[in-house]
Amino acid sequence: MLLENIKMSWMNIVKNKLRSFLTMLGIVIGVASIIALISLVQGASDNISSEVTKLGGNKILINIFGTPLKQGLSINEAENIGMLENVHGYSPTISGKTSVVYNGNVMEGISVQGKNDVYFTTDPDLLHSGRAINILDLESRSQVAVIGSNIVKDLFYAIDPLGKKITINGTSYVIIGTLKATTGFSLGSTNDTVVIPYTTAFRSLGVKTISSLDVFLDDTNLADETVMAIKGVLNQAFNYKEDAYTIFNMGDIIESFQSIMSMMSLLLAGIAAISLVVGGIGIMNMMLVAITERTTEIGLRKALGATPFTIQLQFLIESIFLSIIGGLAGILLGTLLANILAALIGVWVSVSLPTYTLAMGFSAAVGIIFGFMPARRASRLNPIDALRSL
Amino acid sequence: MNEILNMQDICKSYFIGEEEIKVLQNVVLTMHQGDFLSVLGPSGSGKSTLMNIIGCLDIPDSGRYLLTGHDVSNLDETELARIRNKEIGFVFQSFYLLPRLSALQNVELPLVYSGLPPSERRKRAAQMLSRVGLGDKMRNLPNQLSGGQQQRVAIARALVTNPSLLLADEPTGALDQATGQQIIHLFEELNRDGKTIIIITHDCNIAAHACRVVHILDGRLTEKELIPDAAGKH
Repeated sequence: MLLENIKMSWMNIVKNKLRSFLTMLGIVIGVASIIALISLVQGASDNISSEVTKLGGNKILINIFGTPLKQGLSINEAENIGMLENVHGYSPTISGKTSVVYNGNVMEGISVQGKNDVYFTTDPDLLHSGRAINILDLESRSQVAVIGSNIVKDLFYAIDPLGKKITINGTSYVIIGTLKATTGFSLGSTNDTVVIPYTTAFRSLGVKTISSLDVFLDDTNLADETVMAIKGVLNQAFNYKEDAYTIFNMGDIIESFQSIMSMMSLLLAGIAAISLVVGGIGIMNMMLVAITERTTEIGLRKALGATPFTIQLQFLIESIFLSIIGGLAGILLGTLLANILAALIGVWVSVSLPTYTLAMGFSAAVGIIFGFMPARRASRLNPIDALRSL
Repeated sequence: MNEILNMQDICKSYFIGEEEIKVLQNVVLTMHQGDFLSVLGPSGSGKSTLMNIIGCLDIPDSGRYLLTGHDVSNLDETELARIRNKEIGFVFQSFYLLPRLSALQNVELPLVYSGLPPSERRKRAAQMLSRVGLGDKMRNLPNQLSGGQQQRVAIARALVTNPSLLLADEPTGALDQATGQQIIHLFEELNRDGKTIIIITHDCNIAAHACRVVHILDGRLTEKELIPDAAGKH
């Protein structure tokens, strides 16, 4: 009986090709937009997430603004933070903007940052070539530099920069390494940066204090306690002036970022779901028309012994059929659309099985929900009236 | 002989606005296995309502209706559908064949609702089509058949479940004189094979072929004496 119903539904759909196609179009567009939007947002979200995670979930960022009496953090105070419980290491930044000269070519406004060895050891992907700044460089205040990819491109076109000498702020430095180029949504790009030992920077940049400090944690679960302890040190240093500094726990930032992205994803899916509802109304409309057209057929089938349940099943199967075919077409179109959009925008998409399942489930549900009322109406037709209608 | 149909005091009325229209009033009718009955009446006499109740498409307001011994006066829609499928074969004035199904598939249709497996359905439907003389037209669609042939398909469809009662509503109404005669002869033939048949008509000439004729007028049934030459034929 079920097989018979499926066969009959198929015949009816095929017979009214154009009408079936137009009816399905609503579902196709709905499902396609759900797939495309979710995949795109998911892709963008994955993309950004991985960039943010690369910056480190176990990192606490401290920015020092200082007070009129005390402009930044001293080395001793940074060391005090370094000795707190759960602190794995710290990396200070002493920054300044200045000019960089190589072989008569000048680049202005380059960010020169004094860093330590921890900066390089916590991110093994940082270095492109050469070596990192090590403890010896820091202790002996070596005149060495690691340069960003844009500087390599601009000053060392077709030349290996390693071992070459550049002049920063009037002092000569030997290039010991280059930084990997950062791309895409990358936060905190280092492409235009020159990194030198922070001990050297104190002297050559004329800066006396640390303007920012990255603190690396052993256990991210204890981040809140560590933040409190760091605040303790900073409050002492700045005489309880809380606006002298800011503390960001990267773990918190990543977490809130991810929740924003998943909300965004839901929101877009919700908007797309509206088009599915519109598609569902289209299906309901077509089913009601079909029932009016086939009143005599329904009456005859009833006279021949079809029970109300059988009739309801037949029409329900037909609407589910329509929405599932529409759903499949929508999945194909949506995947295609997501990939085209992704290629245009330049992010990768992640089309996942749960997305497909969601879209399919949605379209089947639309078929059932919007097919139910027409099917019920068909099943309740009085066979006498139905036969008389011809 | 087995009693196929037993109606006692069947009443049915409709309301048009406030006004009650008594369509059937205390109808009494009994039929036995092998009877060939005509219900003769003008339009508006209540014969359609009577046919609907006999065919289990409708239930009476009051009275008792036994079909092959089972009381069917108070069944719900699903139970009535099962009874129709098993016990009643309908033949309609305008055939009501499904246009997209072949003759064979049309005849199979009631067996689909009986839940028979496809191979068995096909076998029985093919036998029945041969029985009505359309063994060579099984694959034809209804619009590839003449009116008479279409009505034969409809008769095969009505017979395929081997029902207790064949109920024909103006079966010759849409056919020309000669074709109508052939269809009536087919009914007579089926009756000789033992089928119980009711023909509802407004045409005395058609009614005259039956062994029994009942008249219906304003919802009341009156039975005439046996028509001599129809009885003689039997």
